[in-house]
Amino acid sequence: MNPLWTLVPPLLVIPFIIFFGERHRNLREASIIIAGLALLAINDRIYSAVINGEVVESGSLSILANFSLRLSAEPMGVMFGLLASFLWVVTTVYSIGYMRGHNEQNQTRFYVCFALAIACVMAAAYADNLLTLFVAYEAITLSTFPLVTHAGNDASRKAGRLYLLLLMCGSIGLFLPAIIWIATAAGTLDFRAGGILADAGLSKTSLTILLALCVFGVGKAAVMPMHRWLPAAMVAPTPVSALLHAVAVVKTGVFTILKLITYTFGIDLVSTTGASDYVLPVVAFTVIASSLIAFTKDNLKARLAYSTISQLSYIVMAALLATTMSVMGGALHIVMHAFGKITLFFCAGAIMVSLHKKNISELDGMGKRMPITMACFFIGALGIIGLPPASGMWSKLLIAGGSLESGNAIWIGVLMLSTLLNIAYLLPIPLRAFFKPAAQPQPEGWSEAPVPSLWAIAVTATCCVLLFLFPHPLMNLLGLIEWR
Amino acid sequence: MISDQLPALVIVIPMLAAPLCVLVRKPIVCWAIALVANFLVVLSAWALFEKVREDGVIRYALGGWAAPTGIEYYVDMMNATMLLLVSFISCVTLVYAYKSVSKTVLTSKHYLFYAAWMLCLTGLLGISITGDAFNVFVFLEISSLSMYMLIAFGTDRRALTASFRYLIMGSIGASFILIGIGFLYAATGALNMVDLAQRIPDAESQRAVLVAFSFLTIGLMIKSAVFPLHGWLANAYQHSPIAVTAFLAGTATKVSLYVLLRFFFSIFGPDYSFGAMLLNVVLLPAAVAGFVLLSLVAIFQSDLRRMLAYSSVAQIGYIIAAFCLASQSGLTAGIVHIINHGIIKTALFMSVGCILYKVGHTHSHSLDNLMQKMPLTVTAFILSGLGLIGVPLTVGFVSKFSLISAAMERGWWMVGALVLLSSLFAIVYIGRVVEIMLFRKSRTETPAPVGRSEAPLMMLVPMYVLIGISIWFGVSGSTTLSVAADAAAALLGGYQ
Repeated sequence: MNPLWTLVPPLLVIPFIIFFGERHRNLREASIIIAGLALLAINDRIYSAVINGEVVESGSLSILANFSLRLSAEPMGVMFGLLASFLWVVTTVYSIGYMRGHNEQNQTRFYVCFALAIACVMAAAYADNLLTLFVAYEAITLSTFPLVTHAGNDASRKAGRLYLLLLMCGSIGLFLPAIIWIATAAGTLDFRAGGILADAGLSKTSLTILLALCVFGVGKAAVMPMHRWLPAAMVAPTPVSALLHAVAVVKTGVFTILKLITYTFGIDLVSTTGASDYVLPVVAFTVIASSLIAFTKDNLKARLAYSTISQLSYIVMAALLATTMSVMGGALHIVMHAFGKITLFFCAGAIMVSLHKKNISELDGMGKRMPITMACFFIGALGIIGLPPASGMWSKLLIAGGSLESGNAIWIGVLMLSTLLNIAYLLPIPLRAFFKPAAQPQPEGWSEAPVPSLWAIAVTATCCVLLFLFPHPLMNLLGLIEWR
Repeated sequence: MISDQLPALVIVIPMLAAPLCVLVRKPIVCWAIALVANFLVVLSAWALFEKVREDGVIRYALGGWAAPTGIEYYVDMMNATMLLLVSFISCVTLVYAYKSVSKTVLTSKHYLFYAAWMLCLTGLLGISITGDAFNVFVFLEISSLSMYMLIAFGTDRRALTASFRYLIMGSIGASFILIGIGFLYAATGALNMVDLAQRIPDAESQRAVLVAFSFLTIGLMIKSAVFPLHGWLANAYQHSPIAVTAFLAGTATKVSLYVLLRFFFSIFGPDYSFGAMLLNVVLLPAAVAGFVLLSLVAIFQSDLRRMLAYSSVAQIGYIIAAFCLASQSGLTAGIVHIINHGIIKTALFMSVGCILYKVGHTHSHSLDNLMQKMPLTVTAFILSGLGLIGVPLTVGFVSKFSLISAAMERGWWMVGALVLLSSLFAIVYIGRVVEIMLFRKSRTETPAPVGRSEAPLMMLVPMYVLIGISIWFGVSGSTTLSVAADAAAALLGGYQ
């Protein structure tokens, strides 16, 4: 199985999307779902191949003298690829309800850019070296830019400007120099078990600077102060916020950092030299500070955005702790958080479409009008907080174990404090909706989200619970990571 | 054998095409003559390139007169690459030129336009191929004079002042070069480049060589528009006919950069230029200030052509900075950027030309929602704009990656950092325009009817040919990098 196949369905579907256009909307969306299922099947094949210990790789294309573009499958990438392709299908189903219910303009452009972004995410997931990952990373930024500015009004253009500026400044101004530095120091950019920098003879100071360049340069991981683009990008249509700004784009950021720590720096190098000593406090600060900011937001999507920033920093923190357990926890949290957060975003979008409400303070008593959505919101919130019976518990447990293993228990404190904050800013939303009476008398009966959207919400919420009950497939996969 | 005469053919064909155009006078026939001649030149340049690549340096005595008496053409990988680049860009731009010239230039003057174009091409190719220092000056004058004429064909009256301004600056530059060559002749008694290179080490201590070096430095900096001597460029690019701008942007300054390389590396030798004469102290600050400041200036331009002109000066700064490294990797980066930038800047000016053709102006503020009207042109602008920024998988990335790693190899961290800083400015000036073209709703009271109104195919096809090539060179950067590495090795190796 060649990982290049994963690029085929999302790219191949683009001409179909353009061809069917607005005239045959059902065919257009059907073709996307077929492509999504095909992609999922391909990823599943790669998954079983990797589980069976087969080598899955593509040929290489040399773009600079010693550096080439190449794809290959390794456990974290397979997990990320599976996640993104599965959620692409679900999100497309959701979009059908949302985009039509909301009468969005330029839907064809929307779906084209979306498919393009998914292709880039696949390339990132299966990148075999840092150069390929960087190329895919930049391509994701560019292909999602039209999605952020989708509405075309002043607010969205401003957000788009910030999005492009922060992400490109970070990647070109900080990440690219780091890559060139790594290439000069190690002579290669390949991802190798145990890292490539161990023998490069860099001092602790150099490693610290290099690590800082990577962590802050990868703006998609939204570590403060590079986080401003994420709340701004919430002007995009909800499916974009849901899949891209809670799953694909931001997770590419943290995925990049996980890969860097595991296969470029090597966890031993980071933990023995203490290169992350100065970066970790900033990340921990992001975890707490963004949870606190989330509190102050009344706009539902903005609150979820800040919650995402905090959760992303969990993963970055897990990577920087650089123990096998914490890195596995971080990788697992990519999936666990993704299902929780996408459920929450889907619910936020559903509320916007059927009740035209954007603020949390307006949601009192709405549990009676949208009981299914609100129940799913509750499950998603449990997933984010990490309470049983939802999925987030496993990854948080692993990260906490990892911080014990690293010998510094203070990070557990950060984790627990932020969990308490999660409870405080997420759980009141469904509780108010169910138990607090509405301010004005409400019409009787349900006014649930459009049916396709409701299905999507139900699927992701169910997955939250299923992943709590059956985390083994993922655990087995992550167990295959070669650390040294 | 005709293949032995290739070096002469490259010059003779366009030179004969020029008077032929003047004799025929019928616009379309003139254009066809120029195009056929140019196409033949591309073929000859290609054959020459392949030959040099396989068999090594070609030395050709013009008219059968051997070197010290006659003029010698000296072709190595460096100028074979330049010949191919210049003739190819000229050919593609000439196809493109027909439509835009028919629209903006008086029909009765078309024959002069194409004749001037052919003369300009002759001059540029001559500068690239010749192995004689005085001959460089002669061809420089041929190309410059015809260039002043081409610029003056612009629709606007400001084209005349732009042309005149360039004439003053260009003449000063050319005179400086002539003075420099004169002093060299006085000091060494040689004009042939190979002889010069041999004799200069013995004459190094003479003040005449020192003076020659200084005059040549300033003269070449003016001709290749190195900051702060770039004053002529912005007006010339903005007001000349757009096809001419595209042609000039891809070739004229690049050829001057080539002469700079030839003098400083082959004739004086890097040890003398960058060692004893401390050329770095002059050129590097100028180059770095150039690419940082002018990228910044480009952000504030409201006219697309002016914005791209300033961006060109900035790109020349990159190239000069790469030369200043005076190492194999540095020169490779510089030469690869000459090729890459020549292609993308020409493509960018072509897309601006398409906008000019259909919209009638190039003020970025009133190009709202142009994507609806001219999707192909705007896509071309975006694709080549990404190349200018240096996004991975475009040619710009290949250039910048090699430049920065070459700078780091030498330990010049600051230069690498500033290159990246100016790339960020490039994101702003390209992004700003793209945002207007893609997302801004029209602000006029009665929005013009939104319908497709693309530029003619004869303009789109050449533009996409260049973009196709730039994508190819971006995805497989090793193609151009290996050529550039050979050229750099030829320069650093000195004359054989």
